[in-house]
Amino acid sequence: MSGLAIEIRHLYKLFGGKAGNLIALAESGLGRAEMLSAHNHVLALSDINLHIESGRIQVIMGLSGSGKSTLIRHINRLIDPTSGNVLVGGTDVTRLSVKELRQFRREATAMVFQKFALLPHRTVLDNVVYGLEIKGVARAEQERHARKWIDRVGLGGYERRLPSQLSGGMQQRVGLARALCNDAPILLMDEAFSALDPLIRVDMQSVLLDLQKEIRKTIVFITHDLDEALRLGDRIAILKDGLIVQNGTPEDIVLTPADDYVSAFVKEVNRGRVLTLSSVMRAGEPAQSPLGLTADLTLEEALSRMIAADASEAAVLSTDGVLLGRVRFTDIVAATLRTSVGTDAGLPVFAHTGCLRGSHTVSV
Amino acid sequence: MEWWKSFPAMDDLRLTEIKKAIDSGFLQFTRTYGVVIEDFFAPLKSFLIWSEKLAITTPWPIVVLVFSAIAYASTRSWRIALGTTVGFCLIGYLGMWEDAMKTVSMIFASTLVSIALGLPVGILMSRYKWLRVSVTPVLDVMQTMPTFVYLIPVVMLLGIGKVPGLIAVVIYALPPVIRLTDLGIRLVDAEVLEAADAFGSSPWQKLVKVQLPLALPTIMAGINQTIMMALAMVVVASMIGVQGLGQPVLKAIANQYFTLGLFNGLAIVAIAIIFDRISQAFGRRLQNVRGHEQ
Repeated sequence: MSGLAIEIRHLYKLFGGKAGNLIALAESGLGRAEMLSAHNHVLALSDINLHIESGRIQVIMGLSGSGKSTLIRHINRLIDPTSGNVLVGGTDVTRLSVKELRQFRREATAMVFQKFALLPHRTVLDNVVYGLEIKGVARAEQERHARKWIDRVGLGGYERRLPSQLSGGMQQRVGLARALCNDAPILLMDEAFSALDPLIRVDMQSVLLDLQKEIRKTIVFITHDLDEALRLGDRIAILKDGLIVQNGTPEDIVLTPADDYVSAFVKEVNRGRVLTLSSVMRAGEPAQSPLGLTADLTLEEALSRMIAADASEAAVLSTDGVLLGRVRFTDIVAATLRTSVGTDAGLPVFAHTGCLRGSHTVSV
Repeated sequence: MEWWKSFPAMDDLRLTEIKKAIDSGFLQFTRTYGVVIEDFFAPLKSFLIWSEKLAITTPWPIVVLVFSAIAYASTRSWRIALGTTVGFCLIGYLGMWEDAMKTVSMIFASTLVSIALGLPVGILMSRYKWLRVSVTPVLDVMQTMPTFVYLIPVVMLLGIGKVPGLIAVVIYALPPVIRLTDLGIRLVDAEVLEAADAFGSSPWQKLVKVQLPLALPTIMAGINQTIMMALAMVVVASMIGVQGLGQPVLKAIANQYFTLGLFNGLAIVAIAIIFDRISQAFGRRLQNVRGHEQ
């Protein structure tokens, strides 16, 4: 089943014994620090409003303690909100009875965990069928689905192994297959790749992006890694101290950070990989150029194509070939380096940015 | 200064009266409800008789073979399987076969009863904190109260025989299963439980598919303890008419028959070692399947 939209409205979560009485104070604007010092309660989430479109990857990003893991657990109500609503495909999750909630979790959501949370006494196959088993699907059917997903995540042949016999990356593939096997419209991923080595993490991101082209689920992905967020997210919400400080596309986040907190995050980011030509192109037709590039290319890709074609200017086209504008090589380089120029004064800028790694012959 | 030197106790007359009152109250209770309670335990009695009959009437080569096979199957060690065979053969050759079988059947029955009672109690304790708080001191009393003390009311209620013997053994041997079932379930990784919840498991599905399987190695350690404690009670239980290896020991104590006591004592030790190795190896095998998670 492909995705369902998620709508989070005025969500508050207050941890502590008298949360019910104190929530009114939070709703009238008492901050996290005051709540802790004056009432000894932790305001984990404060007035969260988030609309997540069906079939998209929404990344929720923040440092530890920002409330991101608490937030994702409200979507399948592993944590009950103190006030506010969570609507999934029109159903208000916060109002479900225990039985309805169980049914909702079986049908509508599947979850992948940071520490995998596989059942250590079950084989890969028996782990992957778990969700279907809980639903009461016939065993033959369970196995048919499970084998398909085990193959899709690249674990064919490992069906009879136990989790303890697999590496971390392989264990998380099992976790992913287990979640996908349920065929729920919503996939919740709580720092799913954070425990993996960097190379394997990138590998798993590719697996997820490839799968998403086909499954089109609504994916909520929690991470503290901006590179991961920029790579995966259709939209990224940045959470700080229980508040959403910015929610936008990766380009929005990089080009127009909402405050110093977000700026600090994006300072070190490789802009060449995030920004697309559409953000740097100018109006008009290129003076002389046989080279046409589509507007959704990243700056990095655009640069390497222009270098290959030895072009100083290129036409920017829409995906169906309509001319949108032009772009100059120097514009792209300037946009890519914006944060680095000036700080590295006196040094050849290319050597410090990484965006042109492997192309030392360039001269501007 | 009299009260300083000797403790100012209640005066003897009053004390005797209190004791008498409690005793006669309990006597009254046994007279009124003795029959009802005996009826209540009737199924247990027939189970005990059945299991003893099974152990005694099964031809000895089959019994030796079965135990050796179980030993091999659980430990995968020829040494322990062979030790089991030799141990049982020696017990039989020294004329203690029937007593040993009675003891084995008693241990089997009391272990089963302990598991049947202990597992559900342990599960409930892991779920409800108030129950854990109130059951734990009871378990402490069960384990530390001198056995002979609770033999008295049991005998008053049910007389002498198999059932009171079993009850005495179970009271002593039950706590480890309860404690370790509770502990094992509470030690199950919270993340795995959260995953089970996230997939919409019902409490029963969570118990059967996640908590119990993951707690099983710990529960097996509890069962192993229970078996060992039940064996330790064999001689004491023989005082209230439980037949088996304990009775010759009792006779040996009364008449100072050193060799008789030694042989039967060693037979108990042999059975204990065999059961211990088998149940421990079983628990370890369960653990190995799990591998090294972290």
